[in-house]
Order: sequence, then C-alpha cells, then structure tokens
Amino acid sequence: MDYLFQQLLNALAFGAEYSLVALGLAVVFSIMGLVNFAHGEIIGVSAYSVFLAAALGLTSPLVAVLLAVGAAALAAVAFERVAFRPVRYAPTTTGLLTAFGVSIVVQNLFMLLISPKPQSVSILNGLNQMWFFGPFAVSSLQVLELVVAALAIVGLVLFLNRSTLGLAIRAASRDFATVRLMGIRANRVIATAFAISGALAGIAAVFIIARRGSVTPDLGFGLVLKAFVACVIGGFGSLAGAAVGGMLLGFIEVGLLVALPQQYGGFKEALTYGIIVALLLYRPEGLLGRRAELGDKEA
Amino acid sequence: MLSVEAVSKTFGGVQALREASLACAAGEILGLIGPNGAGKSTLVNAISGTLRPERGSITLDGRDLTGRGAEHCARAGVARTFQNIRLFKDLTVRQNVEVAYITCRATRAKQAAGIDIDALLAQYGLDDLADVPAGTLPYGSQRRLEIARALALGPSLLMLDEPAAGLNEGESEALAMAIEGIRRDVGCATIVIDHDLRFINRLCDRLCVMDQGEVIASGETLAVWRDPRVIEVYVGQAQPA
Repeated sequence: MDYLFQQLLNALAFGAEYSLVALGLAVVFSIMGLVNFAHGEIIGVSAYSVFLAAALGLTSPLVAVLLAVGAAALAAVAFERVAFRPVRYAPTTTGLLTAFGVSIVVQNLFMLLISPKPQSVSILNGLNQMWFFGPFAVSSLQVLELVVAALAIVGLVLFLNRSTLGLAIRAASRDFATVRLMGIRANRVIATAFAISGALAGIAAVFIIARRGSVTPDLGFGLVLKAFVACVIGGFGSLAGAAVGGMLLGFIEVGLLVALPQQYGGFKEALTYGIIVALLLYRPEGLLGRRAELGDKEA
Repeated sequence: MLSVEAVSKTFGGVQALREASLACAAGEILGLIGPNGAGKSTLVNAISGTLRPERGSITLDGRDLTGRGAEHCARAGVARTFQNIRLFKDLTVRQNVEVAYITCRATRAKQAAGIDIDALLAQYGLDDLADVPAGTLPYGSQRRLEIARALALGPSLLMLDEPAAGLNEGESEALAMAIEGIRRDVGCATIVIDHDLRFINRLCDRLCVMDQGEVIASGETLAVWRDPRVIEVYVGQAQPA
C-alpha cells in the first residue's frame, strides 16, 4: 500500500514536470508552428542563473526561485528576438534547424564559460524534505511539483480565457494572418507566448535543481525530448493535449517501472515507446489533437 | 477618404495590377467589379496590407499605408471581410468581435466609444449565438459575423469581398440594406466587390471596373455602364455592321 502510494506520487510528479515543459513547447508551437528544441536550454539558462547567483553570494531560496523563473522567461524572449524572429515566415524545417542550432550554441557556451562538469547548487535543497502524513512519508518536492504545476496550468488557462492578450494569443494560434488583419501586433503576441513558455520552463528548472542539487550543460535536453513525446501523444499544438500527454507519459514510465520484474527493467524505455507507437496507430493526431483540415488555410 | 494612386504588382511575370488608381470618400459606397482574374482581390489585399505593391501609393485620410503591413493598416482603420470566410472558428461569436475591438480600443478611442459589442451582435442577429463557437454557425450567419467583426475595428474604410456570394435574393436584399445602414451609422468609405451586378447596381454610388490588372473605367454607376470598354468586357465587342 505504502509502496503503491509512493509510486502513484512518483507518477504524478514526473507527469507534472513533463506537462510543464510540454505546455511550454505547445504554447509556442500553436502560435508559430515552431518546434522549439532550444526549450531545454531555456531551462539551462534558468539553472545556471541560479548557480551563478548562488556563487555570487545569494542565499535566499525565494529570490532564487524568482530568479529562475524570470531568467527563463527573459531567455525565451531573447531567443525569439535573436534567433526565431528572422526565420518566422520561413518553412517549418528552417525553424526546427534554427532551434537545434540555438540549443547547441547555448550548451557549448555553458561548457566554455562555466564548465562541462556538473556544478553543485544547494540553494534550493530545502525544498526537498520528507513530510509525514500519518503512516505515509512523502517527498515535499513531489507534492510541491504537483501543486505548482496544477496552479501554473490553471493560471495559464485563466490568462488565455480571461485577458485580452490571452484572447489575441488564442486567435493567433488558429489563424495568424487574420489576427494581423485585425490589427493585433504579431511581435507582441509572439513575445508573450515565448515569455509564458519560458516561465513554465523556469518553474520546471526550480524542481530539477532542487532534486539534483547540481547543474550540467545538457540539463534540459533529455527532458525536452520527453516533453516533445508528451506533445505528440496529446496532439501537437493542443495545450490540453500537452498537459494530458505529459501526465500520461509519467504514468506509463512509472507504471512500467512497477510492473516490470527487476531483471527486465532495461526494457522500460523500449516498452514506453512501444505503447506510444500503439497509441498513435490508434489515434495518429494524438489524444486531443485536431485532424488536419486540409484546405482550411489559404495564403 | 481612401486614395490609391497608380499601384502596380507583378506575380512571377504576370502583371496583377497595372497602375491601378481609385478613390473612395467617407460615406461613399464604391463597387469594384470585373471578370475573374481582373485584379480586384489583389488590389484589396494591397490596401489591407497583406501585399506590398511595387509602385504607387495608398493613403487613407492622409496617412500613408503603402507596404506598411496588415497590422498597421488595420490600426489605421482598414477593415475587411473575406471571399472565403476567415473567422476564428474555435472562438465564440462574441470573442471574434472582441479580437477586433482590442485594436479599436487601443488605437481609435473615438470610434471605440461608439461601439457596443452587444448592440453590434444584436444588430446582426447574432445575440442569441454570442457564446457559440463561430465555426458552428450556418453560412449566412458566418458572413454577418465577418461584417460585425470588421465593424468592431471602428473602420474608416470597410472592404467587403463578395459579401453576396451564396446568398439568396431575400438575403442579399437584407445585406444591401445592412450596408446602407453602415453608411448611415458609421459613415466610413465602403468598397464592395461582387459578381452579382444587380446587387452592385442597386447599392453602389460609383463603380470601378477592372480588367487584366487595370482600372478601365470609374465613375457614377449608370455612366460607367455606358462606357464602351466596360460593355466590351461584359458583353463582348460590337460586330461591325
């Protein structure tokens, strides 16, 4: 019982983290059709900002959290301004390659300017404690991860549904050209989408730092691949799909970990992706994706 | 007052617009007609900023719009509807109108003060459908919503691209009355493209006739129909006796 409860919490926490990062990918993709593989480096910039601030004498965990989120949002906006805006109307593949380029350049900057080796960051370790609820011992980090991810998703939904900027973003995500004909400023809408995407990555970065206690140059890359998979499961471009896909991925991974006998543990990844392939065979557009309406958009 | 002066545009060797000029004053309804491929939609796209003309100039109330982009033109007061309806299908009817109103409020305070979204929806028979996704509306209501959305921009220039297409006689009569209502209430310059000549003749003060990228005639509606070049395009050349 205790074991199952612990694994359930694991699945929820992993799922929450995947959801946060997948949502960041989906927000940007839904508006400009860009698969931002440099999203992991936004997490990286966030983590290294905290590392540098701590090295320079920052001691307040609260300030570190704010710094992580703020630095990630700024980094995302800066990436858009410098790298993605010039290729905004170029074919999708150009954007994809640009994103890979940004990712590689930024990772190498971390290696050259800081170090290729893991750097210890202990400022957020306080988030990771054991809490006792009656007979259950739970990790505070996992509970926080779940709660904060849920709050971030609710906040995002409220923003998109209640604010005028959110309305503009939703309209832009379906028909960018027509939104411009309504006089909505494309640059502002896109910069906002990147800032949101970055802030979500920054929240994820806080939890990664707190769990690992160290930062590495490729910190976010693996996670973004997982988030990409979560987006595909949920239906690329669908925000609800990204959140659901992330959760589902967490549950599949942890579920397999529990279900597989120890000696077959190595098959976990292969089985995970096997399940995903089966799912996509059943629903190629993803769980909550739209079937492409061909002829829907004319230039 | 819209003023288009000698605007030219080529698409890969095809001259889509050849020194096309037209003018449309506030409160005026101008019909833009011509055979398919005459350049009507290209001209409307150039005025709404989605196409950059190679030569010529476009000004609205003295503000230069030439090649300034769709956002700039919309913020300067250019509103339009589309031949193939382009609503935000997932957003509700009301939200479609609100998207346009965001711009109006930000850039055209005077016009914005005169716009009440609920009244606008009611006027176009959409008040009962306000919270329905726009994509689920029947065709005629989608056309009306496009016009309501364009009006929420508080336009100085309204361009309607084939608004009567697919409407029956009763509906197009109602549409003509609605457009006259816009002239009365909003007082903007209005350009109507349509192939339904009866609809055009009934509605428009002046006509501008295009053929092969050129404006071949413009003037009072009745006078234009006596122009030999217009007769040639629409009826064919008179046989020599």
